[in-house]
Amino acid sequence: MTMQDLMFYFFAALTLLFGVLVVVNPFSRNPITSAMFLVLTIASMAGLFVLLHAFFLAAVQVLVYAGAVIVLFLFVIMLLDVKEEERRKLKLAGLITGVAAVAAVLGIFLKVFSLGRTGLAANAAAAPLEGGTAPLGKLLFTEYLLPFEILSVLLLVAMVGVILLSKKDLR
Amino acid sequence: MQVGLQHYLVVSALLFCLGLLGVIARRNLLIIYMSLELMLNAANLAFVAVSRFNGNLDGQVMVFFIITVAAAEVAVGLALIVALYRKRQTAYVEDLTTMKL
Repeated sequence: MTMQDLMFYFFAALTLLFGVLVVVNPFSRNPITSAMFLVLTIASMAGLFVLLHAFFLAAVQVLVYAGAVIVLFLFVIMLLDVKEEERRKLKLAGLITGVAAVAAVLGIFLKVFSLGRTGLAANAAAAPLEGGTAPLGKLLFTEYLLPFEILSVLLLVAMVGVILLSKKDLR
Repeated sequence: MQVGLQHYLVVSALLFCLGLLGVIARRNLLIIYMSLELMLNAANLAFVAVSRFNGNLDGQVMVFFIITVAAAEVAVGLALIVALYRKRQTAYVEDLTTMKL
């Protein structure tokens, strides 16, 4: 087993562990704890991106998600001042059906993967590529120029929408 | 065993199902929203893995777009949650069962 494989198992285990702690934390129901574990999940996922040679995306993941999105979450959590969640009784029937549904989805995923038809090109492994800033940027500004521009308009629309939504009265 | 595409896809699927479970089982709107982010990230991981093992950068460009759209989506969604909280003083889905504000 090479060093890279070991690193994969390390980061994958960390990602899944922190992901579990985001969704079902046995120690705390506080949304802040979940947000903090979401930061850790995203950071360990950036490690997986580095292992996949997607260096630019790893940096963007840390900057945008851990840096901006989570800060937004924390702002809103503090703004809302949500009280410590008292242990509300979960409806057992609802929980069981939910877990069963998720297990069914997971079963479908794993069944598909076990078929082994991943649609890979035959020579794919022979041509490993680097996802650095330069090749990605070149692709972004040539082949994907139109989606890129549309995305900037989308960000503008989202910004205007947020300002409108957060006004005092929604009229 | 050599780590290949399948390993990454299994991690991605597990993470996706974790997020789905959070969306279904949790009641706090903010945590449901975080679970949604988890699902988006799982999709990102699958995109990057397939892109890497296919020798093709298109998947990584798609992840770039997804991250940007997710940031916009978080901003709008959180603004909606704040507006809803102002009207109803609650962030739990079981208290938000009527359509009319």
